[in-house]
Amino acid sequence: MEITLYHYLTVGAILFSLGLYAMISRKNAIMILMGIELILNACNLNFIAFSKYGGLGVDGQLISIFVILLAVAEAAIALAIVLNIYNNFNTANIDEVDSMKD
Amino acid sequence: MAELKILGIGVLSWMVFLPVLGMIIVLALPKSQTKAIKYIAAGFMVLLMFISVYMLANYDSSKAGVNSLEGLQFVEKVTWIDVDFPAAMIGKIHIEYFLGADGLSFPMVLLTALIGFVGAVASFSIKKNEKGYYAMYLFLITGMMGTFVALDFFLFFVFWEIMLFPMYFLIGIWGGERRLYAAIKFFLYTLFGSVFMLIVMIALFFSSKDPQTGLHTFNLITLMNPQTFPPESFFGVLGNTWRLLAFAGLFIGFAIKVPVFPFHTWLPDAHVEAPTAISVILAGVLLKLGTYGLIRISFPIFPDAARYFMYPMAILAAINIIYGALCAMAQKDFKKLIAYSSISHMGYVLLGMASLTTIGMNGAIFQMFNHGTITAVMFLMVGVIYDRAHTRGLYDFGGLANKMPKYFAVTMIAFFASIGLPGLSAFISESFIFLGGFNNEIIRIVTIVSATGIILNAAYILWTVQRVFLGELPTKWDGLNDISVRELISSVPLIVIIIALGIYPSLFINLMSNSVTQLISFIMK
Amino acid sequence: MEFALKFLPLAILIIPLVSFLIIIFFGKRLPRQGDWLGTGFLFLNLFLSLYVFIAFMSLGNYSITYDWFSLGANETKFTVGFVVDQLSAVMLIVVNLISALVHLFSVKYMEGDSKYSKYFAYLGLFTFSMLGIVITNNLLLMYVFWELVGLSSYLLIGFWYEKKPPQEAAKKAFIVNRIGDFGFLIGIMIVFYFIGNFAFSEIFSGISSGKIPSGWLTAAGILLFCGAIGKSAQFPLHTWLPDAMEGPTPVSALIHAATMVAAGVYLTARIFIMLSADALTFVAFIGAITAFIAATIALTQNDIKKILAYSTVSQLGYMIMAIGVGAYSYGVFHLVTHAFFKACMFLGAGSVIYGMHHIQNISEMGGLRKKMPITFVTFLISTLAISGIPFTSGFLSKDSILASTMAFGSINGGITIIIPIIAFLVAGMTAFYMFRLVIKTFLGEPRNKEKYDHCHESPLQMTLPLMILSGLSIFFFYSFNPFGAEGGWFINVLKSPESLLVGTKGAIYHIVSREEFHEALHHAHYPAMILSLVLAGLGILISFVFYFWNKVDTEKLKKALNPLYKFSLNKWYFDELYHYTAVSFVMGLSALASLFDKYVIDGIVNGAAYLTVKLSDFGGLFDKYVVDGLVNFTGGTVWVFGMILRKFQTGRVQTYIGFLVFSIVLLYFIFRWI
Repeated sequence: MEITLYHYLTVGAILFSLGLYAMISRKNAIMILMGIELILNACNLNFIAFSKYGGLGVDGQLISIFVILLAVAEAAIALAIVLNIYNNFNTANIDEVDSMKD
Repeated sequence: MAELKILGIGVLSWMVFLPVLGMIIVLALPKSQTKAIKYIAAGFMVLLMFISVYMLANYDSSKAGVNSLEGLQFVEKVTWIDVDFPAAMIGKIHIEYFLGADGLSFPMVLLTALIGFVGAVASFSIKKNEKGYYAMYLFLITGMMGTFVALDFFLFFVFWEIMLFPMYFLIGIWGGERRLYAAIKFFLYTLFGSVFMLIVMIALFFSSKDPQTGLHTFNLITLMNPQTFPPESFFGVLGNTWRLLAFAGLFIGFAIKVPVFPFHTWLPDAHVEAPTAISVILAGVLLKLGTYGLIRISFPIFPDAARYFMYPMAILAAINIIYGALCAMAQKDFKKLIAYSSISHMGYVLLGMASLTTIGMNGAIFQMFNHGTITAVMFLMVGVIYDRAHTRGLYDFGGLANKMPKYFAVTMIAFFASIGLPGLSAFISESFIFLGGFNNEIIRIVTIVSATGIILNAAYILWTVQRVFLGELPTKWDGLNDISVRELISSVPLIVIIIALGIYPSLFINLMSNSVTQLISFIMK
Repeated sequence: MEFALKFLPLAILIIPLVSFLIIIFFGKRLPRQGDWLGTGFLFLNLFLSLYVFIAFMSLGNYSITYDWFSLGANETKFTVGFVVDQLSAVMLIVVNLISALVHLFSVKYMEGDSKYSKYFAYLGLFTFSMLGIVITNNLLLMYVFWELVGLSSYLLIGFWYEKKPPQEAAKKAFIVNRIGDFGFLIGIMIVFYFIGNFAFSEIFSGISSGKIPSGWLTAAGILLFCGAIGKSAQFPLHTWLPDAMEGPTPVSALIHAATMVAAGVYLTARIFIMLSADALTFVAFIGAITAFIAATIALTQNDIKKILAYSTVSQLGYMIMAIGVGAYSYGVFHLVTHAFFKACMFLGAGSVIYGMHHIQNISEMGGLRKKMPITFVTFLISTLAISGIPFTSGFLSKDSILASTMAFGSINGGITIIIPIIAFLVAGMTAFYMFRLVIKTFLGEPRNKEKYDHCHESPLQMTLPLMILSGLSIFFFYSFNPFGAEGGWFINVLKSPESLLVGTKGAIYHIVSREEFHEALHHAHYPAMILSLVLAGLGILISFVFYFWNKVDTEKLKKALNPLYKFSLNKWYFDELYHYTAVSFVMGLSALASLFDKYVIDGIVNGAAYLTVKLSDFGGLFDKYVVDGLVNFTGGTVWVFGMILRKFQTGRVQTYIGFLVFSIVLLYFIFRWI
C-alpha cells in the first residue's frame, strides 16, 4: 500500500483530536499543555505532508520548524506559569485557580 | 453702537463674567481658607464697582437706545449658536451673544454692582461652608448682571434661569429654620413663571422674520420692530388675541418676580428664611428683574397689548400698594414686615409703568433703584439686630434708640426714606409715579386710591419705630452693642446715595430720561 | 448790593440747616453741647431777615429760580426757587424771631437733659424746614418742606420717647398730618396736570388764562387746603395738636403754637387768589367750625398746656375763617400777632411748669402772681391780647376779623350769617377760658402749698423772651391807632392781593372785589368793635365771678350741665370716634389682609403643592404597578433567559473550547446542508 497524503492527514487529524480532547477534558494544567503540544504537532505533520504532496515545497518544512520553535518558547513560559501557580495554590488544577473570578 | 473694551474684552462681558472668574478662584482655594475666600469675593465685587464707575464715566446719557441699535452702548455682538436644520419647520437657528446697555438697563447694572458689593460685605457674618456660599453668591451676581444686559431673548432666558439655581441653594442651605420650604417655594414659583416666558419666547421666535436676513430671530431689538412679524404670522396683526395672550403670559412670568399680587407669597417666606445678605440681594436686585423685564421685553415688543392692559396693571399695582401695606401692618416679625413693605413699594413701580407716561416711567425706574438701596439698608438693619438678639419679634424690643444710637440713626433714615420723606430719594420717585398716574386719565382714580398708600406706609413704619426703638429698654438687651464698623461699611454708602439722590436727583434721572422718553413715545405711537 | 440781597433769603434758609448738621454730628464734642451755636445762628438769622424785610420795603417783590432737574430734553422742568413778597418777608421775621427766642429760652429750660444737643439740632432742622415753607415759590417745594416740618415736629413731640404718651402723640401727629398731605398731594397733581408746572406765578397766570376748568379748580383748592387742615389742626384733623403738647414746652411754643401750625394758614394765604368761591366757602366753614369746637373744649380743660393748645386750635380756626371770608390781610395779621402772644403764653406756661417742678394741672396752682411777677405780667398782657382788649395787638387783628365776618355775612346773607355768629361767640368764650386760666394759675390762694413754697421766678434767659414777646403784643408795633388796624403800616404792607376769580359765584357765596369788601367792612367796623368788646368783657366778668369771687359754685354748675360738661371735657369724643372707626377699621383690615394672605393665597399655593404631591403619589403608584409592571415583565422574561444562558458562561476556557468545537462542527453541517 502506498502511503498517500490522506494517511498523513488522517494521522494528523487523530493527533489533533486527541490533543483537543486532552485540552478540553483534563483538569491538570500540565496535561492541557501536553494537549496543546499534540495539536501543534498535528499541525506540523500536516505542514510537512503538504510540503511533500501539496505545493508548499520547502516552505512547509520551514514553517513546521518555526512552529516547533514557538512550541518550545510557549512550553517554557507556560511551564513557568504552571510552576508558579503550583507554588501559590499548591495545585495544578486549573478549576481551583479562580481567585480572580470573585 | 458704541463699544468700550478692557484688555480687548467688552466691559459688559467683564461685568457679567468677572464673578464667574471669582467663583473659579474661590472653588480652587482650600475650604479652610475662609478669610481669603471672603476677601477675594468682596474684592471681585469691588472690582465690579470700579468697572461700573468706569462705564459711568464713558456713558453717554444723550443716547436713547431702547429700540434703536445705534443708541445702545457698550454693545457686544457675537454669533453664539448657529445651526442649520435641514427640516423646513425649524430652519436656521441663529442665536447671538448680544449685550448692550441703555438708559433702561444701565441704572440696574449700577444697582447690581452696588448691592452686590454691599451683600458681599454683609455676608461676612456667614459661618457655615463659606466656600460654597461665596461660589454661589458670585454665580448669582453673574446671573443677575447677565439678565440686565442681555439683548437676545434666548440669552436673557439663559441668565434668568441661571439665577435661580444659586438662589435656591443660598436660601436652602444657609437659610433659617424653614429654609427648605422657602427655597422650594421660591424655585417652583419662579419656574412656573418661566414656563410662560419660555412659551412666549418660542412663539416669538417662530413668528418672527428678520427683515434684513429673513431668519427667525431672538434679537430683542429686532423683535421690537413691528415689521419683524409678517402679517400672516401669530403676532403679525397689532392688537390680535395672540399678542394679548403673549403679553399676559410674559406678564405672569415677570409678575412672579416683582412680585405682583396674587403671585407674591413666595417673597415673605424667602425673605424671612434667607440670610441677611441674600435678603438684601433679593429685595435690592432680584425683584427689579421682573419690572425690568416688563420694560425691556413686554412693553416694547407688545406696545399695543401694554396699552390694552394698562388698566388691569394699574389695578394690580394699587392692590399691591395697599394690600402690601396692610399686610405689613399686621406683621409681628421685623423681617416679614419689610418683606411686605417691599411688595407695597414694588406696587409703586408697577403703577408708574402702567401709567405709560414719561414722568411715571421715570418715576418707576427711579423707584426701582431707590427701593433697591432703601430696602437693602432696611434688611441690613434687621440683620444687625438679629445677629445680636437672635430674634426678630417686633414686640421683643423697645428702647433701642438710646442703647444703639448709630443704629437708630441709620435705620431712621432708611425708614423715613421708605415712607417718602422729601430730601430722600424715594420722595422724588414716588411723586413722579403719582404725577404720572394722575396724568393718565384712564388710571387716575386708581392712582388716587393708591396714594392712600402713603398714609398706611407712614402708619406701619412709625409703629415699627415705636415698638423697636422707643420706650424703655427691656433689661435682657442690656448687653447689645451698637452697630459695628463692618455693618456701617455696608450701609453708609447706601445712605449717602439715598440722601444725594434725594437732594439732587439729576445724577440719576439724566442717565435714563432720554431712553424713557424714547420708550414712551415708541409705546404710545 | 442788590446781588448780595438776592442771595440773602437763601442764606437765611441755609444757616439753620448748617446749625443742624454741625450739632447733630459734633454736638456732643462742642462746648456746652452747641447750644450757643444754634442760638447764635438764629439771632444772626433774625438780623438778616430784618434786613431782608427793610430791603423788601424799598425794592418790592422779587424771586429767584434755579433749575433743579428736568425730565428729558424738552420735557418737564423742575425748579427750586424763592420769593420775597409781603407774606414771606413778614413770616421770615416772625419765624426767626420766635425761633431765636425759643432757643434762648430752651438753654435754661432743657438744661441737664440727656439729649440736650439733639434738642438744639432738631430745633435747627425745624427752623430750616419752616423757613423753606415760607420762602419757597413753588408748590412741590412747599410740599417738600411741608413734610420736613412734619418730620421735625415728629422728632420733637416724641423727644422724650422713653415714655409712652410722647411716642403715641408723635406718631399720631405724623399720621394725621399725612392724611392731610394726601389731599395736598392730589391737589398738587391736579394743578400739575393742567398747568404742567409747580411755580406759583405760573399756576396763577395759568388760572387767570382759564387753563383749569372751574370744577377742577374748586377741587384743587379744597384738596390743597386739606394740607392746611392737617398742619393747622383744623376740624376734622385737629386731634393731634393737643396731644402734641407731650413735647417739651418751648417746642410747643415754637412749633405747635406760633409757626408750624400757622403754616397751614400761610399756605391758604398763598393760594388765596386761586381759591374758587366754593373752595373759599369750604375754608371759611372749616375755620369757623374748628374755632367753635376748640373753644368749647378749652372751657373745661385743666392742663395748662391743653388749654393753650385748644385755644391755639381755635385761633387757627379764626385765621382760616378770616381767609375764607376774604379777609386775607387780617388773617395773616392775626397769624403774626397770635404767633407772638401765643408763643409768649406757652413760654410763660413753660416758666410756670419749670417753677412748679413739672406740675401742669391748673387746679394745683394759684397765687403764683407773687412768686413769679414777670411771668405773671407778661402772661397777662398776652391774655389781654388774645381776649381782644384794646391797646393790644390782638385787639387790632381780632377785631378786624370779626368785622370782616360781619361784612361777609352782610354781603352774602343767608346761611353765611352763621359765620359771624360763631366768630363772636368764640370771642366771648376765648376771653372766658383764658381768664379762667390766669385766675386759677396766678391769682387767688395757692392750692398746693408745698409746691408753691418751692416755686421761684425763672432766670433771665427765660424771662427775657417773655418780655420781648409780650412787648410785641402792644398795639403800636402794628398801628399807631389803637382802635383800628386799618391805615396802620403793617396792614398796608400786608395788602391783600386781588383774587383771580373776582365776580365768580359759588353755591352760597360770591367773590367780591377788594373795594367792595372794604366798603362793607367799613360799615361793619364800629358795630363789630362794640359787640366784640361787650362779649370779651362779659367773658372776663363771668370768669371772675366764677373763679375769683367764687360767687357761683362751679361744681353745682358742672352737675347741672353734666352731659354738656362731659362732652366738652372729653373733647367731643373725637379721639374715641376716630379710634373706633378709622383706626379700628384699618387695623381690622390689616389683620384681615394678613390672614387672607396666610390662609387663602398661601393656602391656594400650598394646596396646589399638596395636590401636586398627591397627584405624583398616584402617578407613583401607576408607575409602580402598571408601567413598572410592564417593565418588570420584560425584565423578568429576559432574566429567565439570562438564567438559562448563564449556565453556559462557566468562566472555564475549556468549556468554551468545547463549545467552539461543537459550534464549528455544527456550522460545518449547517453549511453543508445549505
